[in-house]
Amino acid sequence: MSTTNANPANAPRVSGLFKSQEGIVLILAFVAFVAFSLLLPSFFSAGNLLTLVRSVSILGILALGMAIVVIGRGIDVSMIATMVVSVSWAFVLARSGYSLEVSLVIGALFALCAGVAIGILVAFGEVPPIFATLAAGSVIYGLGRTFFFQLEMQNVPPGHEWFSLFGQARILGIPITVVTFGVLCILIHFLLSRTRFGWQVYAMGNNPEAARITGVPSRPMILAQYAVSAFVAYGAGLILASSASAINARLFNSTMIYDILLVVVLGGIGLNGGHGKVRNVVLGTIFVGILLNGMTILNIDYTIQNLVKGVVLLLAIVIDSLVNPRDEQTSQQGDL
Amino acid sequence: MRLRTIGLLAATALAATAWTATANAQNKGLENPRSTTFHGTLEGKKVVFLPLSMGFDLTEGWAARMRQQAERLNYDFEIRDPAWSTDAGTRALQSLITEKPDLIVAHNPDIQSYARLLAQAQAKGIKVVQINLESNTQTDSYVGADWTEIGEQAATAVVDRCGEGKGSSTKVAIDTGVPTAASDVFQLDGIYRVLDKHPEIEVVSQQATEYNPEKARSIMETVLQQHPDLCGAIGIWDNQDTGTASAIQQAGKGDQVFLVTSGGGNQVGCENVSNGLFNLYISYNVPLQGDILNAEIARLLLSDAGAGESKTLFFNPLTQITKDNVNQRNCWTLDDLK
Repeated sequence: MSTTNANPANAPRVSGLFKSQEGIVLILAFVAFVAFSLLLPSFFSAGNLLTLVRSVSILGILALGMAIVVIGRGIDVSMIATMVVSVSWAFVLARSGYSLEVSLVIGALFALCAGVAIGILVAFGEVPPIFATLAAGSVIYGLGRTFFFQLEMQNVPPGHEWFSLFGQARILGIPITVVTFGVLCILIHFLLSRTRFGWQVYAMGNNPEAARITGVPSRPMILAQYAVSAFVAYGAGLILASSASAINARLFNSTMIYDILLVVVLGGIGLNGGHGKVRNVVLGTIFVGILLNGMTILNIDYTIQNLVKGVVLLLAIVIDSLVNPRDEQTSQQGDL
Repeated sequence: MRLRTIGLLAATALAATAWTATANAQNKGLENPRSTTFHGTLEGKKVVFLPLSMGFDLTEGWAARMRQQAERLNYDFEIRDPAWSTDAGTRALQSLITEKPDLIVAHNPDIQSYARLLAQAQAKGIKVVQINLESNTQTDSYVGADWTEIGEQAATAVVDRCGEGKGSSTKVAIDTGVPTAASDVFQLDGIYRVLDKHPEIEVVSQQATEYNPEKARSIMETVLQQHPDLCGAIGIWDNQDTGTASAIQQAGKGDQVFLVTSGGGNQVGCENVSNGLFNLYISYNVPLQGDILNAEIARLLLSDAGAGESKTLFFNPLTQITKDNVNQRNCWTLDDLK
């Protein structure tokens, strides 16, 4: 953990930053940004930069939810399932005669229930989080497809102007999606660094046994973490549906969940838990945004875009392991 | 009084004559031996549908139509749903080859994956109909859209709007789906057949959306930043292009950018035509495809010819839906079909 170096002196802190994965990604992001700005005439314009942040802010919001779970030494790969099923169900209910408001509340409750259920599996069933959420994802999606909706594609129910406003409007010229991402960043930063909940999440991620012995209510905390991530997923789903006028449950089968993990890992939040901050998520999000936006403007082929994303992730991991070689402590913590 | 009795008698007599006449007519009915064979031969046969995935308008629509015919004619109808996984689909097809149903209706994820297995199935005597997405192997029958034709129609419509001096510019964007599907490869060929004849049209972006409306939205938003004078856009599927359309609307360019897309004519797509999100919607009409599919299934099951002996195909007609003809005939909901 070189970024939160205890040494107050400035110089080691800066050199420490550049030795961390966060620092490396920061440099990569900066290089990409400068390169695109110089090469692409319209890249460096206010309009495009807003588009850039907006295009990844939903990913960023989901990554914030994921970050809380990952810092607490868990992982939630069921986020996309929760997101698409709760939002699609809300839309189906709204079309079947319930008012949109009531439907949205039901959708939120469903997401919360899903999160709590996963939390119970992990906390009381002591199922490893990756398996619990992998299985839960399929169960949630299966439930949705069997009982809640028949078609994967759900348009936003017609006649509710306010709902489309909330993903499409702008505040002072900034899209609400971006504003929401910003506000959520501040909230979660506050939650992680200033509240007991946050400190306990870090404690559990660093050493779950020690945390339990010293009196952290581990099981309720795990429940709370998965409930928060499920709720964040629901919120992200609403924004997504509102801005694209529809939600496609097929997202569950897409690589979106890996994109979220890409943002989290790339930003420098270790999958072994206990460290990482909101700024890591922001960094990861913006880096992915710069790459995607630049490649879209360059009109690069789909397969090559995937290749570039993969190579960049590999590069970040390789440089990280070169700069921060494994020692006894990190290898004991284990990797996911 | 007497008059009334006579009237009553006359009426009774008339009714009696009429009744005898009908009874006689019924007795003169001819049994149609072909009807008996038609219903009898199909009984107990087994048809299996292997879709890309259930749960979206196209496959649900065809399945509803096929199920109705199976009930009417008393044959077994089953669905093996690989849920978008080509792997699971391949495994399902392999196990079908050993199970030997009478007929497989296959919906191909791309032009390669099932090609050899479909040929194998036919070699084993299983008849194969491909629906809407072809593979490289031609089988007993193909029913569905001619993607090249859709591409040509879409490109022609865009050229009409964005040719030299007609629109805000001659710039066009293309949103594809997944680069290996028949819908992509053949449609792009159709699009470029037309565009190559119109060198003034400039394709400024051609990006894959993976059928994801949010990805389509963010691509279109970026493209509009780079090319604020964009004149036309061709999308490959209505389900993803709601996203493309919402990026265009949000940029306030609904009147400037002419968006063409295609799909199965589901009410959801039609809604987007009537609210102005899609300017032109080329529909391949799922209920119609379902009916043609049913006719092909019945024909193949009745025929004595072996699997793969005669190969046919039918590209079903397309309907261009605009604001003026969004109606019951062109648009359907799943409940209508059930």
